[in-house]
Amino acid sequence: MAVLKVKFTKTRRDKLAQILWILNWISVVTGVILFSLGLFLKVELKKREDLMAEKDIQYVPNMLIAVGLIACAINFLGGKICYDCVDSSKFLRWKLIMLPYIVCTFFFTLCVLVGALMCYSMHWELEEALNLGLMQAMRFYKDTDMPGRCFLKHTVDTLQIQFQCCGNSGYKDWFHIQWISHRYLDMSKKEVVDRLRSNVEGKYLMDGVPFSCCNINSPRPCIQQQITNNSAHFNYEHQTEDQNLWMKGCRQALLEYYTHIMQSIGLTVLITWLFELSVLTGVRYLQTSLENVLRQGDPDSESDGWLLENSLMETARTNLSIIKSLGKSNQINTANNGDPNIDVPSTSKAHYGPDNVPPKEKMETS
Amino acid sequence: MALLKMKFSQQRRVRLAQGLWLLSWLAVMCGAFIFCLGVYLKIELLRRDEVMENTEIHVVPNLLMMVGLASIGANWVASRVCQDSLDASRFPRWKVLLLGWFAVAMLLCCLLLAVVVLSYALQGSLEESLKVGLRNGIRFYKDTDVPGRCFQKETIDRLQMEFRCCGNNNFKDWFEVQWVSNRYLDFTSQEVKDRIRSNVDGRYLLDGVPFSCCNPASPRPCLQNQLTDSRSHYNYEYQSEELNLYSRGCRQALTDYYMGLMNSTGPGVLSIILIQLSVLLSMRYLQTAVEGAMALESPEGESEGYILEKDVKATYADVKAKALDLLKFAQVDPTSEAAGAEEGEKAAEATEKAATPPPAS
Repeated sequence: MAVLKVKFTKTRRDKLAQILWILNWISVVTGVILFSLGLFLKVELKKREDLMAEKDIQYVPNMLIAVGLIACAINFLGGKICYDCVDSSKFLRWKLIMLPYIVCTFFFTLCVLVGALMCYSMHWELEEALNLGLMQAMRFYKDTDMPGRCFLKHTVDTLQIQFQCCGNSGYKDWFHIQWISHRYLDMSKKEVVDRLRSNVEGKYLMDGVPFSCCNINSPRPCIQQQITNNSAHFNYEHQTEDQNLWMKGCRQALLEYYTHIMQSIGLTVLITWLFELSVLTGVRYLQTSLENVLRQGDPDSESDGWLLENSLMETARTNLSIIKSLGKSNQINTANNGDPNIDVPSTSKAHYGPDNVPPKEKMETS
Repeated sequence: MALLKMKFSQQRRVRLAQGLWLLSWLAVMCGAFIFCLGVYLKIELLRRDEVMENTEIHVVPNLLMMVGLASIGANWVASRVCQDSLDASRFPRWKVLLLGWFAVAMLLCCLLLAVVVLSYALQGSLEESLKVGLRNGIRFYKDTDVPGRCFQKETIDRLQMEFRCCGNNNFKDWFEVQWVSNRYLDFTSQEVKDRIRSNVDGRYLLDGVPFSCCNPASPRPCLQNQLTDSRSHYNYEYQSEELNLYSRGCRQALTDYYMGLMNSTGPGVLSIILIQLSVLLSMRYLQTAVEGAMALESPEGESEGYILEKDVKATYADVKAKALDLLKFAQVDPTSEAAGAEEGEKAAEATEKAATPPPAS
């Protein structure tokens, strides 16, 4: 009982081959699109590399790049095959390759699906990486004189300006770290010494934020220092003030940005996967119908095309037995030292009678 | 004596028509490119509309858009003419149109050249417009509660951060303006009262700048207040500090940006002028060659193509005579005789004057 059998006349076969040729070329284009999307994601992740801790998230864009390139190659080959399938003499060239090609493409589409799912699953790893990375970056904000960290101030400032965010989870993160370097602190002043003594680690902590946290939509000039002190500023209440600084945390802002990119890419990859699957189905129908034509002998006759010759269970059983016998062909029959000519007597307990049975005597005498 | 005469066999005419057809389609694309360039420039100018006082500079993108559209139309007509040029039955209907076409093509080339010249010449006007616009923006920075000016703070902040500039000429412009609104000033405080009394207009002036002037590339956290007082900040010297704030003025930054835009399109526009001129010349050759061929007994034979039938002086005299004819056609007949007599007298007087030697001093 063939799975999804369809009858194909000669014209239908030819049309199928032509359509598949065009679709394969469109798939090459989608392969290029996948490749460029992977490249774009890689560049975007590398741009903010300084703000992400050492987590392996580069595997997603690498996978997309690899999948894109392989898709181009496979569909290019598929296009060539379908172009030749219109002529049944040229089909003979490809006959032996087609089934392995279809199997490979089937596994490849599984890879594409895995790639799409990975796009969505990257979210959690990215959040972890950003959390740690931002924490580090804010800690080293003041170290503009240390090689290897001197650029972090510029990076964090431009990030907060560009993404309209402040701190890791919110602006209060800046209250817990020292973001003013000792080089700019006047140690002879009492106020500075008091602040340094006020905490265990001797850090200069203040309820102030860097200028890049300032909200440009605020109607009043930015309040950066003594944020929690209502009496320090005229007409100011820090609990109700939400337009003075950016309220969003940078981790959330970056996560939203990347999630948005990932979702668009994931959707594109899913659509590509569906497209590839439909092209694969078409190629399978083409292959089976052309093989049946060859079996029948007459190149202009009608033939059947199917997805699987027998039902799914039977095909699975036959394939499993093939795989098992492949395994068995390696085994050696060690019973007679490998010699099949020696007759081994049966060792079973069943008694089947003597070996030489005399012919039955005629009991009847007239 | 025709100007730049060339011989054209049938095959050369065909090749000229084909080549010109391709060239005119190239010119259509160039026209589209000019149009898109005009649109892009206009959008960029409109984006910063709020800090520009007048719109004189908009003449450059407007001209580009007009010329782009006209060039698309004219060159499309040229391609149609090329298609019909080798068919003797269809070519004559273009004859009348071609004279107008030449005029339009010349005008387009002149306008493109004018655009290039204007983009340099209007730099002064742009700077003036920016100077006034920015001055107003800085003055109304604090008026976030006045309708019609409430957007100025955001505009100026965004501008300063995007273009990495501060103030009109430099950051000191902020010292002369009250940029903190009275709504946020505590008038009971002695400091505020002192500052307000310290100048004639009663404005709250301070030697501080808004946060958008801060330079993220500075190694130290931004110093915005008491900038001129070196003692108010540790390890700070006002005269030698250059990384703390943006040192460029916004007028300079914006002018550089727009001049850069227009200059980078200069070479493109000049090459498009050349393409248009070559289309014009080739069309003239094609027209004269095909007309010459149609006048021959055997249309497949050789004909001559030229730019002008006679040389420049003779053509100029011809054109002048034709123009005078047209003018005389409007006048009534009897007066033309009198005018002729008058002209004869005037000519005699002129020769007399030329004959008499100038009086010796």
